[in-house]
Formats: sequence, C-alpha cells, structure tokens
Amino acid sequence: MSQQFILELKGVNRVYKDEQNETIALSDVNLQIKKGEFVSIIGSSGCGKTTLLRLIAGLDYPQSGEIKLNGEPILGPDPKRGYVFQNGGLFEWLTVEKNIAAGLKARHVYAEKKHLISPLIKIMGLQGFEKVYPHQISGGMAQRVAIARSLINEPEVLLLDEPMGALDNFTRADLQDHILSIRKETDATMILVTHDVDEALYLSDRIVIMTPRPGKISEIIDVKMPHPRKRNGVDYLELRKKILEKFHLASELPQPEYNI
Amino acid sequence: MNKKEKQKYFLSVVLTVTGFALAAIGNAWIPTKADALHKNFEYRCVLYGIITLYVLWGIYSARTKMRREKYIGATKFRFVAGILLLLWDVCGTKLQILPQPFFPGPAGIMEAFVTEWDYILQNTWYSLRLYLVGFSIGTIAGIITGVLVGWFPKVRYWVSPVLKVLGVIPAVAWMPFALTLLPTPFWAAVFLIAVVVWMLVATLTASGVESTPKTQFEAGRILGGNARYLVFHVALPHALPQIFTGITTANGYAFTTLVMAEMMGQPGGLGYYINASKVWSAYYKVFASIIVMAVLFSLITNLIELLQNYMLRWQKGVVK
Repeated sequence: MSQQFILELKGVNRVYKDEQNETIALSDVNLQIKKGEFVSIIGSSGCGKTTLLRLIAGLDYPQSGEIKLNGEPILGPDPKRGYVFQNGGLFEWLTVEKNIAAGLKARHVYAEKKHLISPLIKIMGLQGFEKVYPHQISGGMAQRVAIARSLINEPEVLLLDEPMGALDNFTRADLQDHILSIRKETDATMILVTHDVDEALYLSDRIVIMTPRPGKISEIIDVKMPHPRKRNGVDYLELRKKILEKFHLASELPQPEYNI
Repeated sequence: MNKKEKQKYFLSVVLTVTGFALAAIGNAWIPTKADALHKNFEYRCVLYGIITLYVLWGIYSARTKMRREKYIGATKFRFVAGILLLLWDVCGTKLQILPQPFFPGPAGIMEAFVTEWDYILQNTWYSLRLYLVGFSIGTIAGIITGVLVGWFPKVRYWVSPVLKVLGVIPAVAWMPFALTLLPTPFWAAVFLIAVVVWMLVATLTASGVESTPKTQFEAGRILGGNARYLVFHVALPHALPQIFTGITTANGYAFTTLVMAEMMGQPGGLGYYINASKVWSAYYKVFASIIVMAVLFSLITNLIELLQNYMLRWQKGVVK
C-alpha cells in the first residue's frame, strides 16, 4: 500500500453511549499523514478533534475503521506516539528534569539515553529550572516541560492536544516558535489540535477542518508558505480569510468558536 | 541592629530567664515543708540548665532578625512558665497547699528521676520499642493494603467494608484476644498499635490512589510505563500527601493505644510504670512518667513532621 504515509485513518467511527443518548463523536474519518508533516486539526468544541487525537494515541478505541502507524494497527498507548496534554499533565512530585526523564525511567533505558535530557532542556529554554517543581513554574514553561517529556522518547508522531489553549498571547507565540525549532531538530510528525486558526496557519503544512454533530472532517487545506511565516503577510492573510469563511460556512453555528 | 533594638533584645533575654531564676531562688530560700521525697538541689540544677539553654539560644538567635523576633515573641510565655514553676514549687513542695501525695511539686517529681532514672529509662525504651515495631508494621501493611484497595476494584469490594467496620472499634477492645492469641504481651500490644495504624493508613492511601487524575495515568502509559510504573511512580507519589495525613492521624491513636495497652497488661513501658506507681500511691512517679511521655511523643511527632516536609517538598506551600 501507500508506504509514504506514516499514519493512516480509514473509516473511523467513534460513538459514546450512555443511558439516555448516543453521541457520535467521530463519523467516517479518513486521513493520511506523511512522515515529517505538521497537521493541525481545527474545529469548534464538540467536533471530535480531541477524540481523534486520543484514538491516534491509543488512549481510546474506534468502534469501526482502522488506524495504522507504519502499516500496523494501533492497539494501545506507545512511546512511539508522544502526547502533550491540554493541561500538561506533569508529575507534580518530580522536578522539571525528572519529569523530562520520566519516559526513560518508565522504559528502563535511563542509563543509555540520559544524554538526551540536557539538549532537550536547552532547546526548550529550561536551563536553570532543572531542579524546580512544576508548581513553581509558569503555565508556558510547564507546557515546554510537557513537550520535552514527550520528545525524550524520540516519538515518530507527536500529538499536541491544545497545548497552548490556556496560555496568554505572548507565551503562546513563544511556544509556537519552540515547536517550530523542534521540527527543525527532529523529523517527528506532528498533529496539533487547536481552535486557533492563526496558530494552525503559523505552524502547519496542512489544516484539517472538522465540524461537530456528528464529528467529521469537512475540509483539508494545504498551507504552502515557507517558514518563518509572517503573520501579516499577504498570502497568510488571504489564506486566513479563506479558512475563516470556510470554517464559518462549514459550521452550522451562527457564531463559530475561533480565535482571531 | 541599632542601639534601641539591642536594648530591647537584651531585655527580652533577661526577662526570659528571670522567671526561671525566680523559681530557682524561691526553691533555694523558702523552707521546705514536704517530707523526704523531694530533690531540691537537682530540681535547681534543671532550672539552671534551662536558664543556660535560653541564654545560649538568645546569643545564637541574635544573629538574624527573624530569629530575634521569634525569641522576643516567646519572652512572655517563658517568663510566665518560670513563675508558674515557682508557684507550683511553693504550693507542692514548700508550703504543701496542694493535697498530698496527689500533687507533688517539681522537686518531688525530681525524686523519681534521681532515684529511678535507670528504671524509667528501661520503661521508656520498652514503650519506644513497642511503638516503633507496631507503628512500622502498621504503616507498611497500611500502605500495601491501601494501594491494593485503591488499585483493584475487587479488593476494594471485599476489603473496604472491613476497614470501615474495624475503623469504629477502639483497638484496645481486642486486647483479651491479642493477649491469648499472641505469644507474648509485647507482640499483643504491637498487634493493637499496628491494627490502629494499618486501618487509618490503608483508608487514606486507598483514597489517595483512587483520586489520581486519569490524565496522569494516561501520561504514564504514553511515556511507556507498565502497570508497575503506574502504581509506584504515578499513583503512590500522588497518594503521598494523603498517606502522610493517615500517618500523622494514626500517630496520635498509636500513642493512646500504646499507653492503654501498657496499662492493661504489659511487663514494662511508661503506661505500666504509671500503673505500678499508682498502686503505691507514688504519684510523683506518675507525673515523671507523664513528663517523659510528653517529651517522647513530641519528639516522635516532630520527627514525622520533618519527614513529611521533606517528602512533600514538591507540594505548593510546603517549601518556598
């Protein structure tokens, strides 16, 4: 089959049931992602974008359809697919350095791989904070630690679940640049879930627009601008307008939930 | 430190020791009405010791502003403590206004320490050993049980009602069984202390493990951790604050159980010493035992607090 795709989703369905009702979180989702690609998934809340990410991570299972990484079906969580949680999900009892090293300890490869820690601390701008505990650092820094913690396992795919959702604009821009510099350093494929059109435009090679009820992909847009992208460039603004229009049309809500 | 501050601090040191000095002077000058069972000189030596200690502590504390303020803040209390010792001495030993032999003066209590210090020490060691063995067994068993209850729903189903029922029964109620079923009285008391500690630590450990956020388990799994990692490196550290709540609460219950067990049927210990002394109406010895308990149990409680502060240094508000 098509070997150039690292990740393939075919006819993926996910329904949540409780006593009263049935929620179709994902309906017939098809997506193929190339190695090294940066794909953003945007959509209003309830469109299933986080569910999709959790399925790829192996934290949840589809009712039907298949998800394959390198041609192999995903059966459960794996360090090959790093995941950055919305709120960081750091271990608050470990220092910054030990949080980053947690993956090595969990896989029992600490001795062989501990040389990976200090370059990651450098790349994420965490020097001087190695011995500090999570409650002592800012939200932006905590997310940088969370990203470094995922990268220590040298994942093939990095899944980012709105890691910048709770940050202020300046911290967010800073973290976005950090993510771009990791892209240069590693060849990891990245999938970002966000509700911020600008963020998606600034970072991605492709943008997947999803619509809710039932959650499905409505459109996939290629972004062919070179990095670093200017947030006020002509191409940029034009594409932004196009996405916002589509997003608006695609969404049935009168006031779509996006950030400008 | 400017001149005014210096004067104030000096005055505070003087006032701190004045109360104890008055107690010593009163003890030396007021004629004693009590019988032979008192040790005035040794009691004064203790007072001199306290005075020396507070002077040295005052010199040491002079170095930083924070310590000075703390020292000055405690002045009133320490002064009054000295005056109360004087009053107690006068009422208990000197004029014997308090009913005797139930309320001996401080010099009377000194009698017990001077004549029986080795026996008191022996009983203190017995209590300490009982406490250490019972408390350690209880804590370890409690953490293991708590993790099992918190982790496996089946274990929770069967064990947590048992914990709840056992929780309302005072451990000493098991004393008759413990004494018959276990080989020595020592192990019977260990069993009672261990049961109290086990139950509390298990309950709180279980609740700490159960309350671990799902995200942290997911993070652990994605990082490559197996079930063992999730238990020992995610659930257990997350439960640690609650485990310590269990331990500190259990500590208080353990003291109660310890003393009651010793009073009910032990060949030694501070509780045994109280009982044995009571029989001979040697109330000064009862007081001596109570003083040792106060010191010993405070020390243990402080040690646990130190350990807790160290182990939970990652928590907000514990360290600055």
